[in-house]
Amino acid sequence: MSNKIEQVQLDVDVNGEKISRMIEPRLSLVDFLRNELELTGSHVGCEHGVCGACTVLVDGVIVRGCLMLAIQTNGAEVMTIEGQSDSGAITDLQEAFHERNALQCGFCTPGMLLTSTELLQKKSDPSREEIREYLSGNYCRCTGYEAIVDAVEAVAAVRRDV
Amino acid sequence: MKPAAFNYAKPTSVGEALGLLAKHDGDAKVLAGGQSLIPTLNMRLSTPSLLIDINGIGDLSGISVMGGEVRIGALTRHVEIENSSKIAKHVPLLALAMPSIAHPAIRNRGTIGGSIAMADPAAELPACLCALDSEIEITGPAGVRGVAAKDFFKSLYETDAGENEILTAIKIPKIAKGYRSAFDELARRHGDYAMCGVVAHGKCDGDIISDFRLVFFAVGGTPVIATDAMDAMEGMAVNDESIIAAQKALDNDLETFSDLHCSATLRMHYAKVLTKRVLTSLVKP
Ligand SMILES: Cc1cc2nc3c(=O)[nH]c(=O)nc-3n(C[C@H](O)[C@H](O)[C@H](O)COP(=O)(O)OP(=O)(O)OC[C@H]3O[C@@H](n4cnc5c(N)ncnc54)[C@H](O)[C@@H]3O)c2cc1C
Ligand code: FES
Ligand code: FES
Repeated sequence: MSNKIEQVQLDVDVNGEKISRMIEPRLSLVDFLRNELELTGSHVGCEHGVCGACTVLVDGVIVRGCLMLAIQTNGAEVMTIEGQSDSGAITDLQEAFHERNALQCGFCTPGMLLTSTELLQKKSDPSREEIREYLSGNYCRCTGYEAIVDAVEAVAAVRRDV
Repeated sequence: MKPAAFNYAKPTSVGEALGLLAKHDGDAKVLAGGQSLIPTLNMRLSTPSLLIDINGIGDLSGISVMGGEVRIGALTRHVEIENSSKIAKHVPLLALAMPSIAHPAIRNRGTIGGSIAMADPAAELPACLCALDSEIEITGPAGVRGVAAKDFFKSLYETDAGENEILTAIKIPKIAKGYRSAFDELARRHGDYAMCGVVAHGKCDGDIISDFRLVFFAVGGTPVIATDAMDAMEGMAVNDESIIAAQKALDNDLETFSDLHCSATLRMHYAKVLTKRVLTSLVKP
């Protein structure tokens, strides 16, 4: 089937920087970030929504970078782990992950950090059960999750105190 | 795992989207939340030449209460339904089901219309809509029509909607006085598609149940309305005896199957365990 593919114009704000590119419609958001912008902190695991390694923020909410087309972010604000990390907003969470060995290979970590950040915005005092539920869409093959739940719980407690 | 190439259009009205569907007759796909469509494109199970992104159509989204019913626009995202006070008040069954539908990042994008159009046999929403006598509003070249949820789901991934039609809204009657709902499912990981799930709805007078609905998902090609179990419970008090009668009736109602996640026998066992749980929860003071 011959089907002439038209490139499309993408104007998007990524980590506070305005980006304009001509892209193929089929390009996924996470491939755009990694391959075109060299923001390789968002990872690609399963490419069908199951693992959560590709998690990024679009207009302030977490999404699967593998299940959104890059062109669907036209006019939107995208924030990746690089942007969040540079902003300093999650330094406490990053330190807690480090201190508690909540990462080993680090493949899942960007997704874990962004997902737990959204949970802590919604709930300042989540139970361990609620933390597990919110992170249920993010696979970790190394840590066994316990240390990740510990880290998120500890940061929630510290943030409540200040 | 990359999709085959396609073109992309982002119409701003239902009319424009319908025009594109008609023009590409069968070779275009509607893109809503993308949480089911993009995986199928990535796996090349589907290779449309055009994606019609309906996310720019403002009127397709939102929850409103009109008279005795709640209208949910097809493009309303799972997260909006989950957080809606109107839904919690008037359609508590949906509020109960939402947290079990996929994971937060997926609920931020996935839509009710997409879930209904996809008609995954393990999806929660189709079963909820069947239990609540809901109506699906479909818009096509010939205009707008309504289909009862129980007539909409035809067979595995097959619905009453034609290729060139768009789901525009879901209409659900407000919960009536004295009625209650219950929901439960078993999945390998919270948020994944269930191995077996059930919704229950009915009028509760103390522990006596009437106008009772029991609808299963993930046990057949479509939501399964367990009519024999419903009959067994009608007008009965929920107790050990009536629960056993309802569980027995499921041997007639359900034809369970085996897959990667569990055997047909285990699935039937789960169905019975879940039935006890929802019945008990329905009449819990
Ligand atoms: C890891 C994972 C786990 C999941 N777990 C669950 C779960 O437990 N339960 C559950 O119910 N779902 C689950 N889902 C699916 C999720 O709920 C989807 O969002 C939903 O099934 C499809 O909605 P969508 O808006 O993303 O539709 P899309 O993916 O955009 O579309 C799905 C199909 O419907 C068609 N379509 C969409 N909208 C319309 C419309 N308005 N009119 C006509 N056709 C339309 C599309 O053309 C396509 O064929 C899961 C998804 C993932 C990735
Ligand atoms: S790569 Fe996106 S969820 Fe696995
Ligand atoms: S640290 Fe290796 S996958 Fe989580």
